[in-house]
This record gives sequence, C-alpha cells and structure tokens, in this order.
Amino acid sequence: MKKNRHIVIQSISFFTIAMLYLPLFGVAVFSVNSAKYGWVWKEFTLKWYTSLFSNEYILAAAWNTLVLAVVSTLISTLIGTLFAIGISRFPWGRKTDSFLDILLNFPVVIPDIVMAGSLVVVFALLRSVSDLFEAGLVTMIIGHITFQIAFVALVVRSRLVSIGTDIEEAARDLFASNWYLMRRIMLPLLLPGIVAGAMLAFTLSLDDFVISFFTSGPDSQTLPLYIYSAVRRGVTPQIHALSTLVVFITVILVVAAERISRKN
Amino acid sequence: MKESSILWRGEMTTRRALTGRGMSFLSGGMLWLLGFLILPSLIFIALSFAERGVYGEVIWTFSLENYRRLAGFSSFGWTPDYLLILGRSVIVAFVTTSVAILLSYPLTFFIASRPERSRFMWLVIIIIPFWTNIVIRTYAWFFLFSPEFPFARIAAFLGLIPAGTSLYPSAFAVYVGMISDYLPFLALPLYSSVERLDWSLVEAAQDLYASRIRVFMQAILPQTAPGLTVGIILTFVPTMATFVVPDLLGGAKYMLVGNLIQQQFGASRDWPFGAAISMALMLMTLFSMRIYRRKGKKVDLL
Repeated sequence: MKKNRHIVIQSISFFTIAMLYLPLFGVAVFSVNSAKYGWVWKEFTLKWYTSLFSNEYILAAAWNTLVLAVVSTLISTLIGTLFAIGISRFPWGRKTDSFLDILLNFPVVIPDIVMAGSLVVVFALLRSVSDLFEAGLVTMIIGHITFQIAFVALVVRSRLVSIGTDIEEAARDLFASNWYLMRRIMLPLLLPGIVAGAMLAFTLSLDDFVISFFTSGPDSQTLPLYIYSAVRRGVTPQIHALSTLVVFITVILVVAAERISRKN
Repeated sequence: MKESSILWRGEMTTRRALTGRGMSFLSGGMLWLLGFLILPSLIFIALSFAERGVYGEVIWTFSLENYRRLAGFSSFGWTPDYLLILGRSVIVAFVTTSVAILLSYPLTFFIASRPERSRFMWLVIIIIPFWTNIVIRTYAWFFLFSPEFPFARIAAFLGLIPAGTSLYPSAFAVYVGMISDYLPFLALPLYSSVERLDWSLVEAAQDLYASRIRVFMQAILPQTAPGLTVGIILTFVPTMATFVVPDLLGGAKYMLVGNLIQQQFGASRDWPFGAAISMALMLMTLFSMRIYRRKGKKVDLL
C-alpha cells in the first residue's frame, strides 16, 4: 500500500512539473525551428537568435531592462539597508515599531496593479511641478524602487536579527566610533544579507510587468513589455527566441544566487 | 538643562542623540515610502470619489457615483456586469489557490523525499518558474494553445471547440495559465515547512490507526501551516489582481477585475472609476484574507 501512495505522489509531481515546463520547452523547441508557422519541424537553425541582435527595438528594450534593474537595485539596496538598521537597532516605542512594521509590509501585500494605478496618478500630479516625472525610465525606476525597498529591508532585517547585538556591544565597549562601527563591524557582518537583498531586488525588477506597464513611456520599452505587445501582433519565432533567451538568463541567475546563498 | 545619559548597547549616549541618529537611518526609506506609497494611496482613495471630465481629466468633486456605477447602477438602469467580473475574480483566485494547494502538497513531499544530494536540483526546478517573467510563461501557453497544436486539435476532435480554432480565449485557458503561473508561489513557501516536518508525529498518528484524512488534518496540516499561509497569501493576492493571464488567454470573454482596472487607466482613461475598482479589489482581498486568518494563526511574511 505504501508503494502505491508513492506512485500517486510521484505521478502528480511529474504532472505538475510538466505543466510548469512543457510550455517553456515548447517555445524553446520552436525557437530553433526554421519553419515560421505551425506544427511542422523543418530544420535546426539559430537564425531567429541572430536576428534578435539586428533588431534595434529589441536591443533598446534589453538595454532599458538592464538600466532599470541595475539603477533601481542600487538605490533600493542602499535605502532598504539603512531602513532595516534604523528599524532594528534603535529603541523606538511600541507605536513607532508597529507603524514601521506596517510601512514595511504594505508594499508586500498590496496588489501590484493598485500600486501601479496610484503611481500613475501621483506622477500625473507631479508632472505639473517638474518634467522629471514624464512617463519614462525615471518613473519606472521610482516605481521599482518603491516595491524593492521593503523586500531589501525585510531580508537585511532578518540578517540583523540573526547576527545579534553582542559584537556591536563589544565594539562599543572598546570605544568604537559610530563610523568605525558601521564600516568595520556592521558592514562585513551584514554583507551576505545585503547581497541577498540586492539579488532579490534585481530579480523582482526583471520579473515585474505590471508596474512597468503602467509607468512606462513611449521610449522606455522593456523586454517583458516588448514581448507583451508583440504577442498581440502575432506569434513569431523571433519572440520564441527572445523568450527562451530571457528564461535562459533567469536560470543562470537563479543557479548563481542559490550557489552564493548556500555558501553563506 | 542637560539631558541625562543612558546606556544603549554598550554606548553612553543621550536619548536625543540616539533618536536623531535613528531617524537619519530611517529618513530615506520613510520619506520614499511615504512619498511614493502612502501618499499616493491616500490620493487614490480620494480619487475614487472624484469624477471623470469629458477628456479624461479628473474633476475633484466628490460623490459616491463611481461606487454606484461599480454596483451596476447607471442612467440606463441596473446591470450586473461589473459585479459579475468581481465575483468571477474571487472564484478564479479561490479555485487557482485551491488547485495549487492540492498539487503543491504531493510535489513538496516528493522533493523532500529525494536524497539529500539531488534535492537541491529538484528545488531549483520550482525556483526557476518562480523567477521567470509571468508574461513569458503566459505567452508560452498562448503559443501552445494555438490551433495547429495538439491540444487544440484534440479538443476539436472531441468536439469541444470548432476545428481550426485555438483553445483561447476561454475559461479553461485562463485556469491553466493561472494555475501554472502561480503554483510556484505556493509550492516554494510550503516546501520550507514540509522540509522541517517532524515525521515521527505522522508515524505516531498512523500507529494509532488514524485515517489518512485525520493523519493529514492533525499531523501534517498544523505542522505545515506557517508555510502554507505565506503561500496562500502570495498566491491569492496576485491572482485576484492579475491582468496578464486573462488578457492573453481570456480575452473579452473572461474578464477579471485586473483587466477592468487596466482599462480605466488605458483605453477608457477614467482614473476615478479605476481607483474605485481598485478600492473594491483591496477590500475583497483583505476580506478574504480576514476569513482565512480567523481560522489560521498570525502571519509572518518572509
């Protein structure tokens, strides 16, 4: 009887894994098929991949995606790390603590479409003050930072909790200054948490569609936005190739991130 | 008057100096979140009571008109269209989350039972779709469901759809897309609990001749509740609000509340109504979580 149960669990698991991978696999197979349409296999080709690099829209979208992810990750990692230290290393009262807690968890649980909608409205209001808020890369970066900060701070905070305060107190007893404490004690101890938080922020940025879709301008297409609008014009092998490439990059990032976090 | 010194974590300081330093750490994040999250949300609430001008601009006169419209009242009488969309979104989110739970338990048990060395590889198999962009994963189903492909052909052969048509737009395509897109959001947090499961309790229950259902309800479920709760939140909240999946796979036939909101910020340019729908979405999400929470325990994210 026990064996039967194992078979049931195993077959459901394989079914689920197939459901997760069959579509991605299908797209990958047809991205190296030279037939342009339909359920036919002609011959192996990489021409759809090479054609990506001569498509200036795709190159621009890839560049935008990268700039958006890198800039938003850098800023949100800095702000989020300081925020986490501020929350957990100072004697705030109970009320301030619970306020900060809500502030931190709000971006995690608010539906992204609601956040995106409210950002659209605020950027429209701010546009009357400054041209900076014209829909484009800047507004997208602001949007991404807004949801990234909380995730970075949550990761760094859990690291702060796990390292405890003993070493800091010891440093203080030995007359370490504020600056020395930050640079030589907190930073090295927190580094794994900061790196983990930054990696999370980076992947969240690459993964985002809704915030980008709402806050983007005509010249700030990213790869997910490009794919989304391309699907409505019709499915082409070029889009298969682009999607497969993005999945491939995701796989590399995930494996690298897991390796790094397991080492720590 | 000189402030008295206090000892905080090995440092002789004053309360004022400590508060000042703490605030300087907090200020960046606090200003940012207040400016781009809290304030916008408050403006959004106010906006939901405002009015749309002729050219899509916002007129700041307040009424309950948007909410009345959402409830189906208009100058032409009462229609249930919007309420149907809201109800459908709840059902889709509920079914998606339930199926994801049913599939995730066997999957996480299977991974946890792998030998230590290959377990990491199996785990990566769920982490990769977790991090793959949802547009790409939905697009992949869109492609697989096109008319020339086996799925649509089999369905046509069985007489479920006319020959030569695709499987989308349909409720079926939306459900398949939703479940496969959001399942990793449930499976991954659940796995963190399953991994730590104390099997001796399960065996004890079995030794005492508990039925399979009782073993699950009393030995497995309470132990995996923390991971399950995080998973349910991470699945339910985005499935309520999603618009990529219904947009690509459901079309106008199977609209969800996410599409309705997106329309107001896109083609219709009716921001106040969009804000009102968003408020309804938030309320429904909070309400559903509330019902769940009453039964479950306190929730800790991450």
